Amino acid sequence: MNRVARRLVDSPEGVAGLCLLVLLAAMALAAPLLYPGDPLAIVGRPLTAPFTDAGLPLGTDRLGRDVLAGLMHGARASLLVGLATALVALTAGALVGTLAGLAGGLVDEALMRVVDAFQIVPAFLLALAFVSVAGASLSVIVFAIALGAWTGPARLARAEVLSIRERDYVAAARVIGMHPAEIALREVLPNALPPVLALTAVIVATAVLVEAALSFLGLGDPNVVTWGSMIAEGRNVLRTAPHLSIVPGLGLVATVLGVYLLGEGLANAMAAREGRG
Amino acid sequence: MHRALILTRRRIVSSIPVLLIVIVGTFLLLESAPGDAVDAYLVSLGGGDAGLVTELRQSYGLDQSPFKRLTLYVSALARFDLGWSVAFDRPVLGLIVERLPNTLWLMGAATALAFSLGSLLGIVAGARPGSLTDRALSIGSLALYAVPSFWLGLVLVLVFAVDLRWFPTAGIETIASGKTGLARVADIAWHLALPVSALGFIYLALFLRMMRTGMAEAWRQDFVLFARAKGLARRRIVLRHVARNALLPLVTMLGLQAAAMLGGSVVVESVFAIPGFGRLAHEAVAGRDAPLLTGIIIVSAVLVIVVNLMVDIAYAALDPRVGSGEASS
Repeated sequence: MNRVARRLVDSPEGVAGLCLLVLLAAMALAAPLLYPGDPLAIVGRPLTAPFTDAGLPLGTDRLGRDVLAGLMHGARASLLVGLATALVALTAGALVGTLAGLAGGLVDEALMRVVDAFQIVPAFLLALAFVSVAGASLSVIVFAIALGAWTGPARLARAEVLSIRERDYVAAARVIGMHPAEIALREVLPNALPPVLALTAVIVATAVLVEAALSFLGLGDPNVVTWGSMIAEGRNVLRTAPHLSIVPGLGLVATVLGVYLLGEGLANAMAAREGRG
Repeated sequence: MHRALILTRRRIVSSIPVLLIVIVGTFLLLESAPGDAVDAYLVSLGGGDAGLVTELRQSYGLDQSPFKRLTLYVSALARFDLGWSVAFDRPVLGLIVERLPNTLWLMGAATALAFSLGSLLGIVAGARPGSLTDRALSIGSLALYAVPSFWLGLVLVLVFAVDLRWFPTAGIETIASGKTGLARVADIAWHLALPVSALGFIYLALFLRMMRTGMAEAWRQDFVLFARAKGLARRRIVLRHVARNALLPLVTMLGLQAAAMLGGSVVVESVFAIPGFGRLAHEAVAGRDAPLLTGIIIVSAVLVIVVNLMVDIAYAALDPRVGSGEASS
């Protein structure tokens, strides 16, 4: 594992990704310390230009809310949604995939048809429909995005389980009379997991983008500042104060790019380790 | 052509249970929403008495049990009846049929842009794997793929519509221009330029990276080594041997991206105020129009199935191994 870490910090992608994400995580963690108040509170004159007021470095939006406070709290929302969605989607996908792969037969067939059904509905439409039914709160949004993201891990976990369950150590566990549930959890799942975890980067990145799009359409959590809602709010004054839409968008690009770069760096570092065996 | 027929029949048969799951799942999901279409309609009217409520529920069939309504809904679907939109007070199918062409144009043009430019740049990157050009294109495409489409749309509007005034800011065509024939086509293309770019440029990265990876693998194959040993010109090797073999998997990608692009068009259409299928989905959510939203989800699932079938047929036509393997199995 150490060697993977060293290879990661040797690769330019890995370093760039790590730097971006550390910076964003620092922003997210510092937000409640530097701006303990509600970032949605009105603190100054509306549309104060950036760099004109020392107390409000990035100025204010159309309603007089602090842009920098919004940006920092927005980083919090984006990273939280991204990580939570990945956790939910990977757990659900790994469990369903393992179950399908181990059970086989009709259970497998039925579960995979459900996976197919979730895959042919555009994930964004699914999230839209779910949020419109369950109401907009951060946890509902996480679940809504996970609905469209668990199928990839499920397919991959199933394929891994199908190959692992034929191996000798699983047969040995069966021979010594281990309970099938114990075999599934202790022998099969831990070995099927690493390739599934490699999907984390893509899921986090997609989740951040989908959450931003939902917020942009006005379907985000109304009590939480998100970059998507800041862009939507800034859109009303796009001609006179374009920075209000552009800056939060740059935050989104930095987050997603950081996740992709780190993911790619990690994948390369792991591949190099396997290559040398 | 026989092979394509077998493939089509097999695909249609296997997609029926999947589509049924989508229908039942969507129906149950929207069924569980607090309040029904009649509540939403009454809000838009500004309230009504109890007699009106009962009458409306009866006319929409909302007074029956969920299971009964599901069977009614599915049997209506079999007759291509998608129900009645509450927000628009029109049949759902008519609305969708009216809005779908705009979205298909948008998606089709964006796919064409992403595929052609993406594979072209992929060939440039894959011609010399590991070179400076390759690395720059790889990082650049990753950065592009990290951009939210709605934000790219806003930036494009800001630069090309507000500052430079080259393109219109919104809409699908000039309203009441009275244009017909080619002039109207040109007008629509002019309006679609920015939304197509916002959607297409993001997916370009996917094709670029896939092409590049495929080419990097092809370079290690024996037949490429042989072509080099024969002393063929590098350009010829790149195009005829390496790129040609890497192109086929990109066709599969077209099918996989169909669902994502359909989802992406919801936001892009909202940014550019294009009266399309995606914007209709947003309007259905805003108007709490469950029948319309259900219809939209089912139609989009059918659309994804159709696109994937077309991709499969194209793939079978391009790669003779596919069909022959299926026939013997």
